[in-house]
Amino acid sequence: MAEPGPRIRSRRNLGDRIWASVLTAAGGGVLLVAGLIVAVVSRAAEPAFRTLGVGRFLLGEDWDPVAGSFGALPFIYGTLVTSALALAVALPVAVGLGLFLAEMGPPRLRPPVAFAIETLASIPSVVYGLWGLFVLVPWLRGGLEPALGHALGFLPLFRGPPLGLGYLSAGLLLAIMILPTIASVTLEVLRTVPPALREGALALGATRWEMIRLAVLPHARAGILGAALLGLGRALGETMAVTMVIGNAPEIHASLFAPGYSLPSVIANEFSEATGPLHTAALSALALVLFGVTLVLNGLARVLVLVTRSRAERAA
Amino acid sequence: MSGRRARQARDLAMTLLCGAAVVVALAPLASLLWLVIARGLPGLSPTFFVARPAPVGEPGGGVGNAIVGTLFMVGLASLIAVPIGIGAGVFLAERGDGPLGRAVRFTADVLGGVPSIVVGIVAYAVLVIPMRRFSALAGGLALAILMVPTLARASEEFVRLVPSALREASLALGVPAWRTSLRVVLRTALGGIVTAALLAVARAAGETAPLLFTALNNQYWNVRPDQPTASLTVQIFNYAISPYPQWHAQAWSAALVLLLLVGLLNLLARLASRDRVREGGA
Repeated sequence: MAEPGPRIRSRRNLGDRIWASVLTAAGGGVLLVAGLIVAVVSRAAEPAFRTLGVGRFLLGEDWDPVAGSFGALPFIYGTLVTSALALAVALPVAVGLGLFLAEMGPPRLRPPVAFAIETLASIPSVVYGLWGLFVLVPWLRGGLEPALGHALGFLPLFRGPPLGLGYLSAGLLLAIMILPTIASVTLEVLRTVPPALREGALALGATRWEMIRLAVLPHARAGILGAALLGLGRALGETMAVTMVIGNAPEIHASLFAPGYSLPSVIANEFSEATGPLHTAALSALALVLFGVTLVLNGLARVLVLVTRSRAERAA
Repeated sequence: MSGRRARQARDLAMTLLCGAAVVVALAPLASLLWLVIARGLPGLSPTFFVARPAPVGEPGGGVGNAIVGTLFMVGLASLIAVPIGIGAGVFLAERGDGPLGRAVRFTADVLGGVPSIVVGIVAYAVLVIPMRRFSALAGGLALAILMVPTLARASEEFVRLVPSALREASLALGVPAWRTSLRVVLRTALGGIVTAALLAVARAAGETAPLLFTALNNQYWNVRPDQPTASLTVQIFNYAISPYPQWHAQAWSAALVLLLLVGLLNLLARLASRDRVREGGA
């Protein structure tokens, strides 16, 4: 017969141990999910790399599933062009938005603007696609693209017939969609800037903009870069909205007005109707490429945001 | 003092530029919301909520089966994802300072950025190929994988808001650590955890890409987990890319229904943790 004291303690320990292992198992579940994604997608993609060859697959320009020709370059190109365009348009606006919310805006206006940005982030991408298809595309075709072609037509970027559906519409739609991501992370980073830095700059007679340029932005630079990378990652992987406005043509064009294709879009359009095992494997290989790129970008972005935050904590 | 005037002018210019950024950012939002309401509202009738899709040319038709399908698959996904995600969140908040905790946190952050279409391929390989058919279960699994990282990080934040004095008081009274976790910490954080769950559900309800080749679509009513299933999002996509104006009108109406659903979930999420947030802010 054990004495009451130790028995109670051991029951207590048992409860604690069970609870600890339940929690650890749930935490491990997250790692397991990550492992599952890596394992499943690599296995599905492997036949494509083995049969087609990594170099020939990634750099091939011809995509013709019926003829058994699988080249990934048009999709990689389309994804890069639209995402770069989206980032170029969204980053300045998002940083301006972040500065408005953190530093410059009238305090009364900040909460409604922040709420609107949250709303923007919560709209499903298929609704953005619907709006893009019936509002943005006609406007580009009838307004912006002819105007750009007229003014800047000497650049190959802005040549060709204004189709509406193409890289430009996909890039602009993506810019709208990644704006809230970049703006909210930028805001988070700006808030970590120690008040003493601001006060110091203002005490030296700096105007508000000089205070931002000399004290706030240098401190937040790495974090804003992280925010941009997060936005870029989101743009690379965005599927529905791009599928609806990019034109879905597996071609490579220098002109932003031309129709193209992106990695997620071709998977969305062709995966359920693949012509054979090699086609499915090739689409899975595209998914693996996409997964790898977004993984690296997101990892890098998180590290940058963390670095900014810990530097702020040290300074505070 | 001309230098000073120039500096103040530059200050004013940058302030105006930031204001302009706000206008540029909000213009598309205003246009989108206005058009979804203006073009979606005329098609909304009681029939629209309870009927299934009608063929082209026939009047009426609705998204009743798609609403049910979305709720069904999001429900399945929640059954899988909520225990794992919230468990992981509590793990991160309560014992997440070791190397395993850091690894889980970083993985959850990185997983949050995985394109949803990639997750669709995972569910396809794990469920659709062995079952030899598209199914609500496969769609639910894909949505669950997307929900776990969001849930984990959000519930961690809310559990961390619980004042450590509460935890210490409970432990000092001799309550075992596991009961302290369950009865004191989780109970205090309950509103926040509900918020985290509702936000994840709202996000899942708006997903399209991972459903395209897992749940596919269905023109009929279905609540069997092993059958292809309609969803609001895939229905909007199919209507939008069709060549028929009648279906385009249905797409706008379905988009309005989807926005109302997502908006309602977000509103409930805010309400669930309102008291908690007010306490934290005060």
